[in-house]
Amino acid sequence: MNCDGVIRGVSSYIDGELGIAIREEFEVHLKMCRDCAIFVQQTKFTVEIFSTAELPDLPADTRSRLHDKLRRKINEGRK
Amino acid sequence: MAAAKSGDAAAFEELVNRYERKIFRLTMNITRNREDAEDSMQDAFMKAYSHLGGFQEDSRFYTWLVRIAANEALMRLRKRRPNQFSLDEPIESDDDVIPQEIEDWGPSPEQRYAQTEMRDILNGVIDQLQPDFRVAFVLRDVEGLSTGETAEALGISEAAVKSRLLRARLKLRQKLDRIFRQGGAH
Repeated sequence: MNCDGVIRGVSSYIDGELGIAIREEFEVHLKMCRDCAIFVQQTKFTVEIFSTAELPDLPADTRSRLHDKLRRKINEGRK
Repeated sequence: MAAAKSGDAAAFEELVNRYERKIFRLTMNITRNREDAEDSMQDAFMKAYSHLGGFQEDSRFYTWLVRIAANEALMRLRKRRPNQFSLDEPIESDDDVIPQEIEDWGPSPEQRYAQTEMRDILNGVIDQLQPDFRVAFVLRDVEGLSTGETAEALGISEAAVKSRLLRARLKLRQKLDRIFRQGGAH
């Protein structure tokens, strides 16, 4: 495993999709290469910060239009 | 869920209340346009209501809803930017995603920013992603769909999802790197 292999495999590594043998090679490289260790940590952080980000507020007017349209559709169905 | 499926309008509205913010985030993240995001969200909930009878309860309702909303948003995105979105693998050189120099971001970079400031940073960087990469990233990493579900929603192979996801993650890391580097822009 070299630095290029880490870049190409970082996504599969984060997702736990590497086979055991390759994952071990990957981790051996991370112990020896500080840059790759930081790179993997930053990529993992990038995924985490998006997946755990606070939900944005739904603007009140947008929400109101959605619910109005929905009620109209429900009422049409009842006629 | 069962009540909504049997035609209980109040039960369906409860489902809308539960998921509307997440669906709006999804359609905003895909279209990056407020008007398209709102229209996509409305159409997604209308379609979900109309097709609730066909919903298989062995699949998660949220995943089903995300698939509908993603398709609505993608349709609008393709209309607005027909040349920037394709089902083919995007042609792009590897060079721009290979890190040139690595620098530590320091401890807890997220704590250096207020919540609203961080939200602006994330919006800013995701906005710069090519649509193909952005959509794969949003479905997989923001909405939590599996690779298979993402592939199905986009009509592409799982290998293509993985490839786009890798590129999206590398590009986002690179863009955040410029912001988070200690002594950087902040």
